[in-house]
Amino acid sequence: MSSSTIVIKAPSKRRNNPIYAHASEVFLVTPGDVITEDADYMRGHGTYTNAGDEDNKLYASVAGVVERINKLVCVKALKTRYNGEVGDVVVGRIKEVQQKRWKVETNSRLDSTLQISSVNLPGGELRRRSAADELTMREYLKEGDLISAEVQQVHNDGMLSLHTRSLRYGKLGQGCCVVVSPSLIKRRKNHIHNLPCGATTILANNGYIWISITSGDACNEGDGGFNVNKEPVPLEEREVVCRLKNCIQCLAKSSVMLYDTSVLYAYESSLQYQVKEIMSEKVSLEIVNQTISLLEREKTGDG
Amino acid sequence: MAGLELISDQGYRIDGRKPTELRQIRCRLGVFTQADGSSYVEQGNTKVLASIYGPHEPSSNMRSKISHDKCIINCEYSQASFSSAERKHRPRGDRKSLDMAAHIKQTFESCIHTTLYPRSQIDIFLQILQSDGSNYCACVNAATLAIVDAGIAMKDYVCACSASLAKGTTLVDINHVEESAGCAELSAAVMPKLNKIVYSELNGRLHEDEIGKVLDSVVLGCNDMFAVMERTVREHVEETVSNFTHS
Repeated sequence: MSSSTIVIKAPSKRRNNPIYAHASEVFLVTPGDVITEDADYMRGHGTYTNAGDEDNKLYASVAGVVERINKLVCVKALKTRYNGEVGDVVVGRIKEVQQKRWKVETNSRLDSTLQISSVNLPGGELRRRSAADELTMREYLKEGDLISAEVQQVHNDGMLSLHTRSLRYGKLGQGCCVVVSPSLIKRRKNHIHNLPCGATTILANNGYIWISITSGDACNEGDGGFNVNKEPVPLEEREVVCRLKNCIQCLAKSSVMLYDTSVLYAYESSLQYQVKEIMSEKVSLEIVNQTISLLEREKTGDG
Repeated sequence: MAGLELISDQGYRIDGRKPTELRQIRCRLGVFTQADGSSYVEQGNTKVLASIYGPHEPSSNMRSKISHDKCIINCEYSQASFSSAERKHRPRGDRKSLDMAAHIKQTFESCIHTTLYPRSQIDIFLQILQSDGSNYCACVNAATLAIVDAGIAMKDYVCACSASLAKGTTLVDINHVEESAGCAELSAAVMPKLNKIVYSELNGRLHEDEIGKVLDSVVLGCNDMFAVMERTVREHVEETVSNFTHS
């Protein structure tokens, strides 16, 4: 009658392919390690000095890779909360509607704020925000809505102010949100990509990745999320979104940097499999290895 | 327990260890994907899961404690009902677990760089899956690994170990039987690279001449513990970095 298949998996913990291991070339530290005893170096993120010490030792405070830019020494942790910078693209969830502003959860240390004065109101008109606008804030964005935005300002306690004053940003409609570590997102000039497979991805700097179908009329400029399309999405398009989501999760699981090229290569190498097969340990590793070799080939081709 | 010999004439303990020997240690980092940092530690039969959430916006019941120059550390300790020999339902927030949570919180307040995270909150959740003595120590070790995994800045590792005294011999990393035999128990948490003691606690009575000796063996035990934790962290970091670098 119904045939059930038994899947026998390899051990979940596997050694990485040694061809790609470059760990010996980088300088790894763990908390409390002395990075340098040289007094000329400047203290960056992830390091500290003891005020009372006369020998000016520089210690690491997190586990990770030492990065040296001239005289500045930083330790980059592998996994942290998102540290915002001005101009970053973020995807966040509305947590609270307050007077004149929204509180947005952005995987950051503190909740970010979105002022009512830094959004484009429906209709795109530029005018002073009136009391009536404040009363209708919830009609535009309510608790639980997902938005894409840009970091406008970083306050000195680390809180972020966001703005959506461009039609590229705004409320997000139908799609899929994948959460990865913010350190996996490669900083690029552009974080919103219309991929040739018919989907748009927002690889936001805070590690929240939004995947949706590219809408026909608004190919380059979005509409600011005012008219959310609530039509049912056909199966083929949903499959594209799911495939992308699975690919991104595979790459994230193996800590491969995420940017348009790596996502696209992973998508291409996954095409020979069914969408659900991508999640299996074996296929996932296959796709990751293929992506890595494609990226390596491109790198050597450039140089 | 008068009849119980904690140390045999041949110099071995009840579970067959030598006096200065630790129990077998197994640890893993990053066991949960949802938490910011997580770890699993086994010290012999004592098994602990630790998870860290944060630094994040303070939850509503913590609003009153928000400070503008440092973060709040919130610690919750719980023991599974199946963790000890007899099955026992332990309601959340009984005195013993509140005490334990307060001690762990104090330990970590002194080693996390709290000033780097103003107006935030760090949650440390500890769950004992099996309890076989030295629960505090296993919890501290697990929490340290989880904090390292979460990428939260701290001065140094915190490693904890316990010791007891029987017939003039110090027993390091005591198990449940030794703990309940009624001898004094000294547990301490140290920062091994900076060579500082951050916490120490003495249960029971110990002659003051012997305290130094017991404390020395606790510190040695902590350093042994540290060697294992350091190796685990390095392996974990190396494995993650190996993929990071080439793309």
